[in-house]
Amino acid sequence: MSVNYGSKRTVVGAGYGFRDWLAQRVTGALMALFTVVVLAQVILTSGPIGYEEWAGIFASQPMKFLTFAVIVALLWHVWVGVRDIWMDYIKPVGVRLALHVFSIVWLTGCAGWAVQVLWRL
Amino acid sequence: MTELAKKRPEFRNINALQDLPTYRLPPAGWVSILHRISGLLMFLLMPLIIWMFDNSISSEFSYAKFAAAFNVGLGFVPGWFMKLVALALIWAYLHHFIAGLRHLYMDMCHAVSKEFGKSSAIVTLSLSIGLTVVLGAKLFGIY
Repeated sequence: MSVNYGSKRTVVGAGYGFRDWLAQRVTGALMALFTVVVLAQVILTSGPIGYEEWAGIFASQPMKFLTFAVIVALLWHVWVGVRDIWMDYIKPVGVRLALHVFSIVWLTGCAGWAVQVLWRL
Repeated sequence: MTELAKKRPEFRNINALQDLPTYRLPPAGWVSILHRISGLLMFLLMPLIIWMFDNSISSEFSYAKFAAAFNVGLGFVPGWFMKLVALALIWAYLHHFIAGLRHLYMDMCHAVSKEFGKSSAIVTLSLSIGLTVVLGAKLFGIY
């Protein structure tokens, strides 16, 4: 068998499909649940929704708990999804690596910002 | 990598510019590619989404700034354009949400027949576009 490691390594996909497939479904289901929970509170609010009502939805401890879990789920879900797009369409290894690095920085930065907003409330 | 795998023939018979515009994609194919496009759109606009989340819940003052972005505009960007971007995000979320539920349903119920793939794809497309039109009309103050 020829050498396929080191500089001769064949760059293929991520190579652990089941874990990503399952993570994509679990995180997706959690975000769908979050959508329904937020939507239900918006619909059940009587009268027009201003700042107090809107911010109030996220202020309770159970909602902060759920929203934090959703931010982490989103980070994970988007990483799996966007990496799939790069792996399918971007063939040059260098460009793909650069896009992976960009995605990681972009996503962790965004997740940190979202958590900061949530915990300030 | 085995020698056999290495010799696998590669067919490059699709030209993105010549063949894709005339290629008739089935409904399930449209749902699939739009799932990717909507996901990528939300990924790229994520800072805007968090900016909206930040300003809408942080304070009374920032809430007013958030609302003004869509009525008056934000910096050099006019309000109608912000609404258009919001509408694109609404469509992306609706499509991704409904197509995602379709995925979950197919996985849980082993619903993988050709007929179900087509009919559920048509339901996904009409629901997401229909709801986008309804919410878009609300966003632009038509009712």
